[in-house]
Amino acid sequence: MPKTTDQDLHPHSLLPSDPTLRVKVIETLLVEKGLVDLKAIEAVIDTYQNKVGPRNGARVVARSWVDPGYRERLLKDATGAISELGYTGLRGEHMVAIENTESVHNMVVCTLCSCYPWPVLGLPPNWYKSSAYRARAVRDPRGVLFEFGVELDPKIKIRVWDSTSEIRYLVIPRRPSDTENMSEDELASLVTRDSMIGTGVVVVPEKQLERH
Amino acid sequence: MDGIHDLGGLEGFGPLPLEENEPVFHMDWERRVMALQMLMFFWRRWSLDMARFSMERLPPADYLQFSYYEKWLASLVNRMVSTGLITIEEISAGGVLKDSEKCSPPVSADDWRQFVANGRTSSRVIESEARFAVGDKVVVASHMHSGHHRVPRYVRGHSGEIILCHGGHVFPDTNVAQATGEAKYLYTIKFRASDLWSEAVDSQDTICIDLWEPYLVSE
Repeated sequence: MPKTTDQDLHPHSLLPSDPTLRVKVIETLLVEKGLVDLKAIEAVIDTYQNKVGPRNGARVVARSWVDPGYRERLLKDATGAISELGYTGLRGEHMVAIENTESVHNMVVCTLCSCYPWPVLGLPPNWYKSSAYRARAVRDPRGVLFEFGVELDPKIKIRVWDSTSEIRYLVIPRRPSDTENMSEDELASLVTRDSMIGTGVVVVPEKQLERH
Repeated sequence: MDGIHDLGGLEGFGPLPLEENEPVFHMDWERRVMALQMLMFFWRRWSLDMARFSMERLPPADYLQFSYYEKWLASLVNRMVSTGLITIEEISAGGVLKDSEKCSPPVSADDWRQFVANGRTSSRVIESEARFAVGDKVVVASHMHSGHHRVPRYVRGHSGEIILCHGGHVFPDTNVAQATGEAKYLYTIKFRASDLWSEAVDSQDTICIDLWEPYLVSE
């Protein structure tokens, strides 16, 4: 088993200090050596820039709000239920959906790296990957929520999920009141990325409330 | 390894770096690092756990100071050099050398699209029975080895309750050396915040974390 060694070599320190140059040097080398294909590079970028993102997760949440059968399947077998909507694959192979209720609020972190359910939420935002969030989420979840502008009733228990394996967690936020007449699409438009990580709650903008 | 990556519960990092309407990538080079990281995996010179381990072994000062994609690039470069895909001489020269080996890329754009949609399961069937079941009380190992593992310091030696069993999953501690796919049972354990943190003495909050069977003993 490889061990940590204080004699580790760090060839990365040989690279230029400007990140743009640093990446250019490596990309040029890898392409020239035939180690990567330029078109494949563009395809990867296209996947994460344009194809996957939190709108996928929002559709899952909205469906679970309007379809009790779907909600049941989602809570029982999240990977299967999410794949029904066409969201599958890398970093979402083993999904678990966790539902917020009137007594429990769930929040997800990865303290050891930055594990995140890519097929439903896309790539994680900077704060999710930051040392501050990774350090504080498990110890001071209410302080973290306060910075997001979320103040929970002290009676609501917080359950923090530290993603230390390949299981990825999706929070199902509570459906806001006064949304009975909204369509599934309208509901999906209310669901934010942060509400599916558990650092936000879903609210209805006043303008939308008036319309219904 | 007791590395800088094990951040859970550390104090002094200050407020969260929140940003309204954050773009997926801030700079063009970030998306290119992302793509290189994904594509170089197909050379099968390392496992996901080896990639994580190389990140954990960055010098602590670099780890804290580097942005996310700088960490990715640094650990990718170190991994490519240590597995012989590129050489220090090539990095210093900033390109191929006369005697550099020429290769063919292992994946095309189409291969990538298929791969990302399918993913790669870490679930494995284990013939022997699981030692624990939902509802069991367990204690996490107090001491961990210096290799790669997934036991944060803040739960070591603490008692919790198994709330989910996920079946067999590839075991990081051995998968880091050789991607043999050896699997161990994986569980989600629930801990009381009041057991983990002195200031949470009156808290009803809980922390759930995924741990593999070898990390646990019966209470």
